[in-house]
Amino acid sequence: MDERKPAKIVLRELQDRIAQDAWDAKQRGEKVGWCASNFPQEITTAMGIPVVYPENMGAAVGAKGGGQRMCEYAEGMGYSNDLCSYSRINFAYTDLKRCEELEIPFPDFLLCCNNICNCMIKWYENLALELDVPLILIDIPHLDAMTCDADRVKYIRAQFDDCIAQLEEITGKKMDYDRLNEVMSISQRSSKAWLRAVGYMSAEPSPFSGFDIFNNMAVACVGRGTVEAADAFEQLADEYAALVKEGKSTFKGEEKYRILFEGIACWSNLRFTYKTLQSRGINLTASIYGPAFSFLYSNLDELMAAYSYVPNSNCFEKELQLRVDDALKNKVDGAVFHMNRSCKHWSGNLYEMERQFREKTGVPTIVFDGDQSDPRCFSEAQYETRVDALTEIMEQRKKEAAQ
Amino acid sequence: MNEVKMLLDELAAVCANPKAQLDAAVADGRKCVGVLPYFSPEELVYAAGMLPFGLWGAEMQANESKRYYPAFICSLLHTVLELGLKGALNDLSAIMVPICCDSLKGFGANWKYGVGEAVPVIDVAWAENRKIPAGVEFTRSQFRKVLGQLEAIAGDRVSDAEIGASVAVYNENRAALRAFSAAAARRPEAVSPTARCAAIKAGYFMDRAEHTEKLNALTAALAALPEQKWDGLRVVTTGILADSPALLRILEDNQIAVVGDQIAQESVNFRVDTPVTDDPVEGIAQRLGQVEGCSVLFDPGKQRGKELIELAKKVNADGILWVMTKFCDPEEYDYVPVKRMADAAGIPLLAVEVDQQMVNYEQARSAIEAFAEILRF
Repeated sequence: MDERKPAKIVLRELQDRIAQDAWDAKQRGEKVGWCASNFPQEITTAMGIPVVYPENMGAAVGAKGGGQRMCEYAEGMGYSNDLCSYSRINFAYTDLKRCEELEIPFPDFLLCCNNICNCMIKWYENLALELDVPLILIDIPHLDAMTCDADRVKYIRAQFDDCIAQLEEITGKKMDYDRLNEVMSISQRSSKAWLRAVGYMSAEPSPFSGFDIFNNMAVACVGRGTVEAADAFEQLADEYAALVKEGKSTFKGEEKYRILFEGIACWSNLRFTYKTLQSRGINLTASIYGPAFSFLYSNLDELMAAYSYVPNSNCFEKELQLRVDDALKNKVDGAVFHMNRSCKHWSGNLYEMERQFREKTGVPTIVFDGDQSDPRCFSEAQYETRVDALTEIMEQRKKEAAQ
Repeated sequence: MNEVKMLLDELAAVCANPKAQLDAAVADGRKCVGVLPYFSPEELVYAAGMLPFGLWGAEMQANESKRYYPAFICSLLHTVLELGLKGALNDLSAIMVPICCDSLKGFGANWKYGVGEAVPVIDVAWAENRKIPAGVEFTRSQFRKVLGQLEAIAGDRVSDAEIGASVAVYNENRAALRAFSAAAARRPEAVSPTARCAAIKAGYFMDRAEHTEKLNALTAALAALPEQKWDGLRVVTTGILADSPALLRILEDNQIAVVGDQIAQESVNFRVDTPVTDDPVEGIAQRLGQVEGCSVLFDPGKQRGKELIELAKKVNADGILWVMTKFCDPEEYDYVPVKRMADAAGIPLLAVEVDQQMVNYEQARSAIEAFAEILRF
């Protein structure tokens, strides 16, 4: 019998430890950074520079019920309620210097990357001014083709090198390029294990509740360059493999329907959004967070390109293809699209994405309005009604298929 | 005075009906390329013998576009898409779409699948790290790529000499715009905010050489006017657009002159010339690194705020009017730190939210009236 702690516990503890490491480093007088979620983590991991992630804080504060309070505080500072709720939560924390749901150590520098959205740039500009700390931007231009071209790779690589030089100056720590190679190799182990784990969603039933992805991806984001993360993801994949072999699942109840869930979770309404699906026997078996956190590469130039392939950085056709492939592979019966009020980039093509996704997969879809961390943009009644409509169509189709 | 009025009316007429300019150019056998903000390399379109046609939205209700964009995207993009979906821009040979803000990133696909391939999209990428050599080089490489697409549309190669000549036309136009803006600030009684805006905006729909000619004549005519005292207020504006007729009328009703601006559609676009370089495309890329004062540009340290305050002091403005484009993230982020900077400098600043789909400006009127009272106090 396997005496190890379950992987999800290991991952949670690892996430807590990474956060604690940053506090301890700050206590020791080391320089600590705030970092964008899809910034090339290989740099800071290899240099042993502790960083924390305001976006993760925004999600956690939302999940713990503090989203509205913090957003309203930021609005009192003059920030429009039109802006990303993660950033509003972070501005509120920056001003208040406290947050009862979660706190992160204040930064000595900022690491920004706009591969997920350009609002990151404006957000971090304001932080740099407010906190009077240096800001390093790695600009990863949005792709206008299916692949990242050589001009982009060259530009990103130059910024990557500039960033290392600036961090050496700010922190006094030197980049060890052997260590960088090692971190890249560990990150590949983590990415491949993550892909293997989420790949088991194609099994019927899926061995896990798809909402678990939202929890596990935090470590995929912040710690994938560590051996512990690679080990934990391999363990997670092994656990899922064992469940598949036994025909079991951590999803509570019968998996009657399988869906793709598009977009960031509504952290403030996570329980409701989950329970509404789960109580109808609907499991999430496809999400862009599956393939998107893979970051596969075999050398530095490929690493640059890999950071261009994160969700939202691709051209529309590639984004569509990722979702359609994931949905078909994981045999979904329907799809739920989150029109996220915080994210203009994600929402700007959502209607067209939904239409083309529906055409290419042939499965029914719904769109609901929500927000990643501001509960004021989410309506339980709207969500429930639309999920009911989706369930009816999926049920009808199942009946027709059975006849 | 008659000449001033005549020229201003002429430019206002261009602005009032941009479609007529497009129709005339097409009837003349000239291809036209739509240019969405911000900082698309218009000079390359002009060098290819085509007419760059500015796409800055329109005062109208957007309906069809809401099948593509959610309601919380700025009206500038909604209304351009709406015009495209309704076929009003079918005479364009292509549109250039910079991918420099999150809402713009979605525009290309919405256009492609909504309007169709008849008016193809040219994606324009440029470096946010626009001042470092690698950034300039990246922007240059992307503008060269754009040039290749424009050449295919024009059906002819474009030489560096032709690009250099186009850069010269654009730099002359920028100089003319700067001179006009300064002249208009000295003659607020002769150039209303509406007239000032139209004279500048008309350039987006005209051949730039022709626009330069009109502006130079206008500036000379303004210089010839006798001195006249201005008893009204003087403000500088900042934002993306300040071309709402209703808003500009409110300024006029309150005796408020626009004596300088930091508006993306206005001075931000002509304050800096394109450097003359061996590779003229590199000069266009370098210019991007020299422009300041626009929220879609990477601006660590918020040079925008410093520049705005310097401008307000230089032109002896009574206050700053922030014309806030509704649903514009970059502007909404900039507002908080820049407002603080203005407060610290003791310069009154009022933000008024504007949307091209708005029909009722009474809230803006009340705010501006109150602001004017405070400034006069």
